[in-house]
Amino acid sequence: MKKVLLLSALLALSSFGLSAKEWTEIRMASEGAYPPFNETGSDGALKGFDIDIGNALCTEMKAKCTWVKQEWDGMIPALIARKFDAIVASMSITEERKAKVDFTNKYYASPVVLIAKTGSPLRPELASLKGRKVAVQRGTVSDNFATKYWAGKGVEIVRYAKQDEAYLDLKSGRVDATFADYWEAYGGFLTKPEGSGYSIAGDQYFGKNAEERAVIGEGIGIAVRKKDQDLKAQLNKALAALRTSGKYDEIRKKYFPMDIYGN
Amino acid sequence: MEWFDLTVVTGSLPEFWRGLWMTLHLTGIALIIGFGFAVPLSIARVSKNPWVSAPVRAYTYFFRGTPMLVQLLLVYYGIGQSEWMQQMWEAGNPFWLLFRDAYFCALLAFSLNTCAYQLEMFAGAIRNTPNGEVEAAKAMGMTRSTALRRIILPSALRRALPPFSNEVILMLQGSAIASAVTLVDLTGAARNVYSRHYAPFEAFIFAGLLYLVVTFVLVGLFRVAENRWLAHLQPRRSASDAKKN
Repeated sequence: MKKVLLLSALLALSSFGLSAKEWTEIRMASEGAYPPFNETGSDGALKGFDIDIGNALCTEMKAKCTWVKQEWDGMIPALIARKFDAIVASMSITEERKAKVDFTNKYYASPVVLIAKTGSPLRPELASLKGRKVAVQRGTVSDNFATKYWAGKGVEIVRYAKQDEAYLDLKSGRVDATFADYWEAYGGFLTKPEGSGYSIAGDQYFGKNAEERAVIGEGIGIAVRKKDQDLKAQLNKALAALRTSGKYDEIRKKYFPMDIYGN
Repeated sequence: MEWFDLTVVTGSLPEFWRGLWMTLHLTGIALIIGFGFAVPLSIARVSKNPWVSAPVRAYTYFFRGTPMLVQLLLVYYGIGQSEWMQQMWEAGNPFWLLFRDAYFCALLAFSLNTCAYQLEMFAGAIRNTPNGEVEAAKAMGMTRSTALRRIILPSALRRALPPFSNEVILMLQGSAIASAVTLVDLTGAARNVYSRHYAPFEAFIFAGLLYLVVTFVLVGLFRVAENRWLAHLQPRRSASDAKKN
């Protein structure tokens, strides 16, 4: 008994020792091609909602942050390979990704939507999309969803490295619709002059059952390596502080007129 | 092997085979089309008449001076953005509708690119035709065109075989950029598998192996071809060497 007590005391001590590590320098990564969340400014520097949130978190944690620009489809491998410490790139929290990395609590909610010509009868349902070409960005939640529920069942999924390219091909008529993250479509297309004449076909889609919701995800979080539990806790604490201090809403208002955090 | 999860590869084999097939016919057809145009254009390239040779020179200057990826993006996204082209597509013009198809766009860009390289290769070989061969043809009373057809071209194309084999292999590997325009070639398949499983090693090592095997087969085929058509240029073997084989 004594031994067990001693052992657990030791374990508690050692885990305390680990969690006591304060992160004072954090390398954050973003893609820079996902406006208004993250984009590349004319000077080449990253900017957008993700970047503002990341910087606010760093101020809250009194940490020094540097930003790394990273292509989307190499994002998680690069995090694991220690090219940086946290992904603040509007990444959806999904079961599949959780197998590789850990996520903080969400910092905003994120449904998926089908974008097509205004007035199009298409809906984000298998029956409606049969025989159609649907564009998705490779490696995104919408790609995973479309691959799982539509591909090989009569819907042709066309994959792009960047969502911008999917919009180009939607406009030129090479595809019938694009299935994308709602916020991405909102900021990157629908509210821009290029997106006039296009709108959401159907409604915001959150998944109709637990299985689908698991693919679409619980919202957008910051990804960290599984072993960096201390960083995750630190970020979660800072995130909660931003929410209560009103700093979060201050940043949000710069980009969106409506609530984006959800419940 | 913790870092190499074989099930990622075995679970995606059909996707890899489809990708490999796409890579093979895309490069194969592009090479054939390129060759078809490169032979006559190489003759124009060596013409002494500047009105004939200059346009060909300008063409190869552009296509050898810019990356194939840039050419592909120009053909696929660039052309697709023009209002006029979009009107043609909506009107259902069968010729311009071709440009809507990613496969056609890639084939066009690849063919134009490889044609430029091939034709410079052939033009170089034509220029290097030994004077003796040309003079012999003249002495036989052949006209310029007969000499070209019977003597110069067969001789030049044979000598162009080694650089041509390089071009074939470069095109095979260069075709990896097809995935930039939504085509699922071997690299595209690997990228899909990679993004689905977050398994870069498994996806790209396997794709790399397949490229390696195809390259190896091609090198072997060209060696056979060179032994057959370039035999006259090889150092003569002594009788004792011949016996060994």
